[in-house]
Amino acid sequence: MTRPLSAPLDVGFDYTRSLGPTLGRFLSDLRRRKVTGIRGSDGRVHVPPLEYDPVTAERLHEFVDVAATGVVRGWSWIPEPLEGQPLDRPFAWALIQLDGADTSLLHAVDAGSPEQMATGTRVRARWRGERVGAITDIECFEISGEPADPPAEADDVSMVTTPVNLHYTHSASPTEDPFLRGLMEGRLIAQRCPVCEKVYFPPRPACPVDGVPTTDQIELSDRGTVTTYCVVNVPFLGQRIPPPYVSAYVLLDGADIPFLHLLLGVAPEDVRMGMRVEAVWKPREEWGPTMQNIDHFKPSGEPDAPFDSYSQHL
Amino acid sequence: MRPAAVVGVGQTHHAAKRLDVSMAGLCREAIDRAMADAGVDWSDIDAVVLGKAPDLFEGVMMPELFLADALGAVGKPLLRVHTAGSVGGSTGNVAASLVQSGVHDRVLAVAFEKQSESNAMWALSVPTPFTMPVHAGAGGYFAPHVRSYIRRAGAPEHVGAVVAAKDRRNGSKNPYAHLKQPDITVESVQASTMLWDPIRYDETCPSSDGACAVVISSRPTSGRAAWIRATAMRTEPTTFAGRDQVNPRAGQDAARALWKQAGITDPLSEVDAAEIYVPFSWFEPMWLENLGFTDVGQGWKLTEAGETEIGGRLPVNPSGGVLSSNPIGASGLLRFAEAAMQVMGTAGEHQVDGARVALGHAYGGGSQFFAMWVVGSEQP
Repeated sequence: MTRPLSAPLDVGFDYTRSLGPTLGRFLSDLRRRKVTGIRGSDGRVHVPPLEYDPVTAERLHEFVDVAATGVVRGWSWIPEPLEGQPLDRPFAWALIQLDGADTSLLHAVDAGSPEQMATGTRVRARWRGERVGAITDIECFEISGEPADPPAEADDVSMVTTPVNLHYTHSASPTEDPFLRGLMEGRLIAQRCPVCEKVYFPPRPACPVDGVPTTDQIELSDRGTVTTYCVVNVPFLGQRIPPPYVSAYVLLDGADIPFLHLLLGVAPEDVRMGMRVEAVWKPREEWGPTMQNIDHFKPSGEPDAPFDSYSQHL
Repeated sequence: MRPAAVVGVGQTHHAAKRLDVSMAGLCREAIDRAMADAGVDWSDIDAVVLGKAPDLFEGVMMPELFLADALGAVGKPLLRVHTAGSVGGSTGNVAASLVQSGVHDRVLAVAFEKQSESNAMWALSVPTPFTMPVHAGAGGYFAPHVRSYIRRAGAPEHVGAVVAAKDRRNGSKNPYAHLKQPDITVESVQASTMLWDPIRYDETCPSSDGACAVVISSRPTSGRAAWIRATAMRTEPTTFAGRDQVNPRAGQDAARALWKQAGITDPLSEVDAAEIYVPFSWFEPMWLENLGFTDVGQGWKLTEAGETEIGGRLPVNPSGGVLSSNPIGASGLLRFAEAAMQVMGTAGEHQVDGARVALGHAYGGGSQFFAMWVVGSEQP
């Protein structure tokens, strides 16, 4: 069997975090080249500061200044840094107990080579020049017994932006694969459940009602009926089709389940449930393994389908 | 099954952006109010159940881990529940089951969403390779099914606006509601922008930051109690040939099981108030039918006649509902908590006089997860 088709799927967003009083104080102080912890009910100083006590669950209030220098309590070498990590050269992730703290902070140590790293090694913060109020205001830690740079003035921060970028490889299932390869030839391939005989387009690995593989392959025409639809007037982030557009459920002739596609060639106010439509294909040279080979559907000019013919597909 | 009751309820002041608090602080605002309402301390809580909607909404994987301190869950069982938009309701039911089964005496249920940290419309419309990118968030998903309902039921076009105006007016009586629009009218709703035809701007839930918490106990702690008479949850696939998207089978089955367990034979007569998950106005008549309050195709008549107003035959969403506040993960638990407040008589200005039996309802995904409970003022 050939390998199923796959394509990249990139998901990214710059999340905006409201910090609240505790984390706000911590990140505002980092901007000032100061590290602040908080005292727990058992007397321990937590760095980073905890909002709520891990023993009593009560809100914590007593901020404690700690040093920007400390001791490595544990570490792991990163020979090949990944996107988004603090350094673009090999480094150590380390649990660092800052002087004055009772818990350890996770951060990067720019040690050059793993031979330089050891539990018990003294490190100090290397402060970033341009600080915004983020954990990355400490660029990394460096091996040194010397004090870190002194504090500086800076305004408070109450928000932090945390970009998240995920890169997936989306693979088609073995059942989708012949369907997608069919699309590359302009063919619409569906599958029929051998038990209930319902025809699924796009096909499924198994019939969701009977739980058996949908083994019978059949080819459908590119004409069908609009069962229901909506007119999308609202613009939103990441939208691929400029509004307004008609998003319609199309029930292909011979299929037992409708799918969503774009309807053009008719004013939105003139679209009707039951409207007969046909596919408008993109030029053949633009075809790929995607439903986007059908650029859109347009009215076929046939009389509307009677309600009873599609009322079981709503 | 051992009796269980809601003995304390708390919620945040819901708003588009609660920039004054972190996620932990948001949850604690609701939790602290619920525990004060119940008159309990952390030592009284045996386990914590957390619900919230998809992780892409805040971009934090498994937030229950970093929230454990804030939830008072260190050293206790902490469960995360995840059933999309119905999750708040499922969270209440899971917490109830831990008490009803005798596993724990008192359980804290918490649900939250901090929608301002990202953009739910974006998070629900990630374009999958090989497909047609026509998806347009939750509104884009539900609008075609609302159109199907209107056609099948032969409902007059203004019924959606009747629901929206009622829920927003109710919201103005709820001190915690995100939207307070005491002067809204059917006409002003109809004049608002069409977003996902046939759904208008004013018929759409807001995007909110908020949290809700309830304390569920095997016996009263503060005197007041909303006894849990029945719980039900059902699920079905998003799509299958012949699926009824307007009146989903899972919802019908859950309702049937719920009424049976509660000993209710005529819901419309026996239920005094209902908090139903209505993120888009037309879902009020749709769910009235799905829940069996009316026959199929008749739900809109109850709404149109004003019978779902406070003071009507079946007040629906006296709190203002999801149309007035929508911190997605918390929205279901808010329905459950508001139902409990009604039978405890603590709903304040949006109290339904003499409410003794109330429904809390939630749905999620593509109308495929259903969770509901019935609470009553009498100990079973």
